Amino acid sequence: MTPKRRNRIILIVLMIAGVGIATGFALKAFNENLMFFYQPSQVIAGEAPAGRLIRVGGLVTTGSVQRQPDGLTVQFALTDNIETIRIQYTGILPDLFREGQGIIARGRLGDDRIFIAEEVLAKHDENYMPPEVADALKAAHEKGVSETGAAGTTP
Amino acid sequence: MFNNFFHKLASPKYFYGFSGRLLPWLATGFILLTLAGLYYGLVKAPPDYQQGDSYRIMFVHVPSAWMSLFIYVVMAGAGAIGLVWRIKLAEVISISSASVGASFTFLALVTGSIWGKPMWGTWWVWDARLTSELILLFLYLGIIALHNAIDDKRIAARATAILAIVGVVNIPIIHYSVEWWNTLHQGPTVTKFDAPSIHLSMLIPLLLMAVAFKLYYLMVVLMRARCEVIERERNTGWVKQLVESQ
Repeated sequence: MTPKRRNRIILIVLMIAGVGIATGFALKAFNENLMFFYQPSQVIAGEAPAGRLIRVGGLVTTGSVQRQPDGLTVQFALTDNIETIRIQYTGILPDLFREGQGIIARGRLGDDRIFIAEEVLAKHDENYMPPEVADALKAAHEKGVSETGAAGTTP
Repeated sequence: MFNNFFHKLASPKYFYGFSGRLLPWLATGFILLTLAGLYYGLVKAPPDYQQGDSYRIMFVHVPSAWMSLFIYVVMAGAGAIGLVWRIKLAEVISISSASVGASFTFLALVTGSIWGKPMWGTWWVWDARLTSELILLFLYLGIIALHNAIDDKRIAARATAILAIVGVVNIPIIHYSVEWWNTLHQGPTVTKFDAPSIHLSMLIPLLLMAVAFKLYYLMVVLMRARCEVIERERNTGWVKQLVESQ
């Protein structure tokens, strides 16, 4: 390898390293702004700006979905398994919305600690499987839970 | 012997003949794999437990997104080889890749949008994954524009190579965006360290389509590179001979 070529390689490597480090610092500085949503525990801890339009993401707590008499307004609890906040939304929910599903709500936190959502988006996970497999997994999981639960009660 | 093969391949004349013989095979492979992938993906694969039949757009969306990253790395790598060793063929491969990569990025964005509307409830959000992929499209377009703006092909190749290498920093950002930040887009399915969380009956058509798209890229990039090689070498003896023989 001629010295000229070696110098060019060194230059390219330095360029990639320089740009990479600069981008790394920039992303670190903007880390918070790059987060698409806050988690319920962050909202409860007061990390999210109050009264401003924010997004909250988490799982819909099982058994928490309540429909109001007008048929369009829904109240449900959103959890990140640490804290829970109540969310109220008027409108059409996405097809994937269901209890236990990950969702992202955009809106404001009201004074009564109820989050008034203007938009609800459904997140889906990275798992893809036929319905039968999902059912089998669920059954196995429930069996496992009941077994460990039973084992826990015996001294 | 291996080294010798690469030296020969890098000569425009040998490349022209070699790629011409390769093209029909690539085309056949692409057509067969696409048909097989579409058959297994759209007919044979079962519906998803959550998304029903809508998830099937994945068989186009995911390979396109993979290709958008893969082609960028090839383009930047070929550009770097062109910069260091001044191999003309590397420059040709690099710039020929740009428009194919831009097309795949566009396809990934559009199919993702069509998938997002029924599943997430929105066509577009400014989350880290979607935004970084959009930046990738702009990078591709910028590289094509820069190349077209400079008349001297050698200088153009050097300038685009540098831009392409600078843009490489975006590739890990796209890949890890769903892990570093919380996003609407879900995390990786296939390229994670433990077993892929996708059922085998869905993974097979996905991989078939991924290989098919790779062959398509190879085919198109060779076709474009052949044009470019002929145009650049138009004053050399072997191109004149080629034209006269036809």
